[in-house]
Amino acid sequence: MSSPLLEAAGVKAAYGQVNVLHGVDFSVNEGEVVVILGANGAGKTTTLRSISAMRLVTVEGSIKVAGTETVGKNPADVVRMGVAHVPQGRGTFPELSVEDNLHSGAYVVKDRSQIHKDIDRYFDMFPVLRERRDQLAGSLSGGEQQMLAVSRALMSRPRLLLLDEPSLGLAPLIVEQLFETLAEINRDTGMTMLVVEQNAQLALSIADRAYVLEAGQIVLSGEAEAMKTDEAVRQAYLGY
Amino acid sequence: MDFDLLTSPELLLARIFDGLNAGAVYALVAVALVLIFKATTLINFAQGEMAMFGAFLAYIGWSEWGLPMWIAVVVAMILSALGAAAIERTLIRPFDPSDHLPLVIVTLGLLLIIGAVAGMIWKFDPRPFPELFPSGSAFRLGIANLRWYTVFTLAAAVAMMALLQFLLSRTKIGLAFRAVSSNLESSELVGIRVGPTLQFGWALAAAAGTFGAVIFVADPVRQIEPSIMLSVLIFASAAAALGGLDSLWGALVGGLIVGQVQTLLVNVFTFIPNEMALAAAVFVLLVVLVAKPSGLFGTARVERV
Repeated sequence: MSSPLLEAAGVKAAYGQVNVLHGVDFSVNEGEVVVILGANGAGKTTTLRSISAMRLVTVEGSIKVAGTETVGKNPADVVRMGVAHVPQGRGTFPELSVEDNLHSGAYVVKDRSQIHKDIDRYFDMFPVLRERRDQLAGSLSGGEQQMLAVSRALMSRPRLLLLDEPSLGLAPLIVEQLFETLAEINRDTGMTMLVVEQNAQLALSIADRAYVLEAGQIVLSGEAEAMKTDEAVRQAYLGY
Repeated sequence: MDFDLLTSPELLLARIFDGLNAGAVYALVAVALVLIFKATTLINFAQGEMAMFGAFLAYIGWSEWGLPMWIAVVVAMILSALGAAAIERTLIRPFDPSDHLPLVIVTLGLLLIIGAVAGMIWKFDPRPFPELFPSGSAFRLGIANLRWYTVFTLAAAVAMMALLQFLLSRTKIGLAFRAVSSNLESSELVGIRVGPTLQFGWALAAAAGTFGAVIFVADPVRQIEPSIMLSVLIFASAAAALGGLDSLWGALVGGLIVGQVQTLLVNVFTFIPNEMALAAAVFVLLVVLVAKPSGLFGTARVERV
């Protein structure tokens, strides 16, 4: 088997003096959807922030995207390696129009015709965004903003999509639609995804594999199917 | 109160022309402030002093290096852009761009340092600056005199505004400016290199500021000296805030309003001493901002969550 698209080994991460990740190993293969489950404060968001080399996080260890190290780089470099990151809380540009938000997502793309084609594609996927193309993103509802955030991330045509709690703050119906769309994108384009999620049931339903993070350490990993029936996972994260 | 002003159209027109003259200058400087605010969400208190320094460079280019005046202006704009880029790299970049307080203190420090350095080099004796625009009157009605200088200053302000507006709304670097000032973290996540983007914003604002200051001192009634921009900066800040800090056209309109308020206020309400014109203008600003905190044309930050 070829080497994984994303490979993290012995990753320790800290905010200043506060250590959050205590040496985690995980990997995501090309075309896979992998989910990281865990309670609040387990280090899920920090894991994604470490991959993207974001500000304020000090990372030790090794995180490789297609064989290239991201540790010590900055987020703009990581984007150019083919990683797109939908941050927690969506991170749209509230003062920019919906269309400008999408354009910003294609900041690293040089081919203008590709940009316009992609914008059309996501307007087709999320028609409400087309209706609101000139509206400021800050005026969209939470669900619409999440659609925009996902579309914006996809505009860079990433090899790996990182999603940080896409279900947070959204109505259950919207969350289901969103996960269906994500599953569709994965099925149709083979887009590799690493999803951090508290809604374990939904996340496991679209995932191939899963990791369970507890207090900065991976305590469990395996096939998503097997996770669903695992006693410990069920009790802790599925609630039945 | 001087009601003559309200009954004599000629006198009123004269005052309005005075206000237009002042207002056009405020608008020019306010644009530079708005530009750096839009690009960095930072108010650069040193903007006026940087602009003053740039105007001196133009003066030196003309008087000592013997350059033709307009060439000297362009050279000064390039030099101040490079200087601002260097300042950004050494004094601004080391700080966390999302934490504004230390940055504001740095710009206050810059204000004092640049002012002091300019005072050291050029002393405080005023020197005549060459005229950039035709002198004389474009329109005259009795004592009301609209000078060519005013017309050209207004035209320069509008042209600069249009150019910057185009840059901000239609170009990739403009999109980067808007993205960085809207959400720093997300701009990095879409691949924008924040440091160089802010640096370019500083350079651009410095060039715009130098242009504004050059035009300000090119008024035949003025001479160039190191403290020339201090009071202008206050009026220009008022203009920028009035227009809504993030609106370029707001800066233009704000500048014109502040210019009118400043001249009309002290001439209609003659009990307001001339020395209080500044305070009166700022008071009007306060009243507007209480009613409309985001300024006349600014975007109110609305966000659904």
